[in-house]
Amino acid sequence: MSAPGTLPFCLRLLRRQLVLAFRRPIEIGNPLLFFAMVVALFPLGLGPAPEQLSGFAPGILWIIALLSNLLTSDAVFRSDFEDGSLEQLLLSPQPLFLSVLAYIAAHWLVTGVLLALVSPVFALMLNLPVQAVGVLVASLLLGSAVLSLVGCIGAALTVGLKRGGMLISLLILPFYMPVLIFGSAAVQGAVTGVPAGPYLAILGAMLCLAIALAPLAIAAGLRISVDA
Amino acid sequence: MPDTPTAHRPLLSASGLSLERGGRELFSALSFEVLPGHLLQIEGANGAGKTSLIRILAGLSRYGFTGSVTRHAPLLYLGHQAGVKALLTPRENLAWHVGGEGDYDDERIRDALARVGLYGYENVPSHALSAGQHRRVNLARLYLSESPLWLLDEPFTAIDRSGVLDLENLLVEHVERGGAVVMTSHQALQVTYEVRFLSLLEGLRL
Repeated sequence: MSAPGTLPFCLRLLRRQLVLAFRRPIEIGNPLLFFAMVVALFPLGLGPAPEQLSGFAPGILWIIALLSNLLTSDAVFRSDFEDGSLEQLLLSPQPLFLSVLAYIAAHWLVTGVLLALVSPVFALMLNLPVQAVGVLVASLLLGSAVLSLVGCIGAALTVGLKRGGMLISLLILPFYMPVLIFGSAAVQGAVTGVPAGPYLAILGAMLCLAIALAPLAIAAGLRISVDA
Repeated sequence: MPDTPTAHRPLLSASGLSLERGGRELFSALSFEVLPGHLLQIEGANGAGKTSLIRILAGLSRYGFTGSVTRHAPLLYLGHQAGVKALLTPRENLAWHVGGEGDYDDERIRDALARVGLYGYENVPSHALSAGQHRRVNLARLYLSESPLWLLDEPFTAIDRSGVLDLENLLVEHVERGGAVVMTSHQALQVTYEVRFLSLLEGLRL
């Protein structure tokens, strides 16, 4: 008997992570609840004038998506670190680059993709013009994948620390900025009638770069965290 | 030990290993080879550096020590932590193990779990199991594994007396098949097989 192929192994990891996530639905619900709460609070703080809200909507929606991603990325490797599974992952004969991508894909599916799918509801609550909703979903899908990839670098570096939450924010927030800028600019563009294509293309380019480089950094970060 | 050409090719060789922690030298210039058929027990008091050594041998510790380790064969490392997910059943824990060693069908997993005394617990959520049963789920990997070299860090922790007996038999079976075991334990092994001892201060002795 030989070791499973790389692709079947990665799919198995993805399935494992998804099953683990769905057996603890509260972890999936938390970011969505956070999203809903903040969206509901903004009109109370800014005043309920519809024109004003729709002007702020792209920025608000993107900032909340970013923060809820930040809240969840801390936990990606934590339970595996605590119960020793991470050591086994590092010793596995499989390429760590791709195993790490499977972990990130699972994280993206239960945070970024879910947020992007429910975002039209929140967009309507903030009176975002209907023609911008498609771009919002597309930009969130692309952007949240970049956020997950970058967030996992911070998670890998801080997984060995008892209280890594604040440190992770300091480490990775600077790398979140470009995603926020181009993501909200894409939606803003769609609102004002500017073509959103170039912004989405830049987000796509960031995603390609992140897929190529982030797993290397994550793998190195995990090895350092387990070694320490 | 089977008399084949591969019998004398080391599965693992360590040369000149030295480790210092907190200004204290745990071991220095430790050199040894692990050949097929070796059952090697690392000796030392608490804090002597047994776990550090076994993590260096496994390749988990890569910095902070001098010397070199060469691994010539796939290895299976079982550490202090069981690596068992409470939200998964024992069957899922083994079938989807992050170690990625092999594809196991349900029957092999059921057999392995039965061998560690968990027959009937295959589909019970692991959070309903005790700490000792978690360790047993992890030990079931030894029955599934095809890696010739096993690195076991305190494998008897939280295992009851009959479990220890089964495990000792399994270790002997494994080395008789041409595998090798490097383990740390404070208990003396009750086996009718030549156990080699590695003292962290004095090196290899019989």
